[in-house]
Amino acid sequence: MTTDTRMTETAVTDRLSQGRAFYHSQVFRRQMILAALVLALFFSLCIDLALGPARYSLGEVVAALFTPDSVSQQARIIVWEIRMPVALMALVVGASLSVAGAQMQTILSNPLASPFTLGISAGASFGAALGLAFGVALVPAAIEFVVPINAFVMAMFTAFLIHALSLKRGVTVETIVLLGIAMVFIFNSLMALIQFFASQEAVSAVVFWTMGSLTKATWPKFWIALSILALSMPLLARHGWALTAMRLGDAKAESMGVNPRALRLEVLVLVSLLAAIAVAFVGTIGFIGLVGPHIARILLGEDQRFFLPGSALCGALILSVGSVISKIIIPGTIIPIGIITSLVGIPFFLFLVLSHKKASW
Amino acid sequence: MVTLQLNRVSARYGRRPVLEEITTPCFQGGQVVALLGPNAAGKSTLFRRVLGLLKGEGKVIISGTSAEHPVGYMPQDTGAKAVLTVYESVLLARMQGRGLKVQAEDLTQVDRALEELSITTLGERDIGDLSGGQRQLVSAAQALVQEPEILMLDEPTSALDLNRQISLLTVLRRLADERQMLILVALHDLGHALRFADAAMMLENGRLIACGPTAEVITPALLRQVYRVSARIEPCSKGQPQLIVEAAI
Repeated sequence: MTTDTRMTETAVTDRLSQGRAFYHSQVFRRQMILAALVLALFFSLCIDLALGPARYSLGEVVAALFTPDSVSQQARIIVWEIRMPVALMALVVGASLSVAGAQMQTILSNPLASPFTLGISAGASFGAALGLAFGVALVPAAIEFVVPINAFVMAMFTAFLIHALSLKRGVTVETIVLLGIAMVFIFNSLMALIQFFASQEAVSAVVFWTMGSLTKATWPKFWIALSILALSMPLLARHGWALTAMRLGDAKAESMGVNPRALRLEVLVLVSLLAAIAVAFVGTIGFIGLVGPHIARILLGEDQRFFLPGSALCGALILSVGSVISKIIIPGTIIPIGIITSLVGIPFFLFLVLSHKKASW
Repeated sequence: MVTLQLNRVSARYGRRPVLEEITTPCFQGGQVVALLGPNAAGKSTLFRRVLGLLKGEGKVIISGTSAEHPVGYMPQDTGAKAVLTVYESVLLARMQGRGLKVQAEDLTQVDRALEELSITTLGERDIGDLSGGQRQLVSAAQALVQEPEILMLDEPTSALDLNRQISLLTVLRRLADERQMLILVALHDLGHALRFADAAMMLENGRLIACGPTAEVITPALLRQVYRVSARIEPCSKGQPQLIVEAAI
């Protein structure tokens, strides 16, 4: 072997290891970002638990969490029974909406897709308003569950209507997004109609519901929302590589052995369920499903191994921080979370998008 | 050795027939087969039919392989803008159907595909920032990384400069010779076909007009009929056949 060939071979090996080294560093960086998000989430959860009419220090909250016997009974009850379901609901709802938005954006190849823009939230609001204003129960249920069940039924109805239309020949992903926007307008008009005919009290109940609020969270609602999230995540993760491939376009995904239509349908059903449960329990929180995934995309890219958990964590974190802010703006008053997430979150989001040097879509 | 044969293969979009009873001889691993024909002749459709993405009458017979997915396919450039690096996008082609965990072997195959196409230096770049030609090479790497036994490429050279065109076709020729891959490549440049392909298929309006050794398919008479050009084919000083196009008619 001549010196020249040896040198060339060394150069080749160097270049090869360089590509792989970059990949490994990228994976490590992303694992660190995910870990940091988990830490931030825990920190935010503790603050959320500490805030309220009775204020506790972070130390007391951590003590109540890990050694409940070491704190007063009152602190234990307030942290575990009153605040915990609300604080955890924020995490689960945030994660559900964000994952739903992330996968809608992925399968529809559209940065504007989210439970909100596809009409799923608007459908839910309409269902809830029917219950709140006229006492209509779409499915017979105990009176306390009429509103969330109505919301859920209408959200799923909207999702299935969109699915059914999307199966028609010649319907493209752009058409699906247009259909979603059309749904939003239809349901908004119907909402306006309900408010026109409903009593003053009913109108304020409807308006309050559409603002989105975590205060109605209870342990059973939390467990339902958590189990749906816990079931969906592995099902979505199973399609991780295929979903990443979807972002390269249908033709490319097909060439890699993915069946775009089948995958799109399965994922759309799954994320509609996620979004419907979340919206049914806490009302309309529009911002998370749109922005959670965009922040995750900026931080972690679109490899679903990182993007999927990243979207869940970003969504959970945004809503948890929103919950904290909603308690501290006016001490003693909890401002509806839907208002806070949009008002505080959108400037933050715009800052992120505009200061990010690379294209994030 | 892997073989591919089409037996009265048809396909339609709705009611419109787009491929009509295509029957070919048995192509074998180690061959480069050029798929020729004017625009909308059915070249891409034929690829999709072989892959099973389109259903239709007739049989696509692939034998001599134990692989579950022996066919790799590079579609025409679609210009996607996902937030992925080149390395990731090639890895993800490799990982389809393989579970979430990336093995060392998978990374080795990614390195190998990038190296094969001389685009190792692009590994860290975002795919959205690439030029059309670079995207095409990445696309070829995505097909190659799946270690197919039959590799189908749909106009892989359409956005490449002359140097890259020759380099890519040389790589394809080598893959056929060294790895005994069967390569089907749709080409518009008939000169490239004459130089690199063992056999050629000429399609027109969804029908197979001619099929056989390249020099027997690319003839002045057929070029006049299919492409409506007057042309001659003459050996160069090294004896290789050269296509000289005189005029469109």
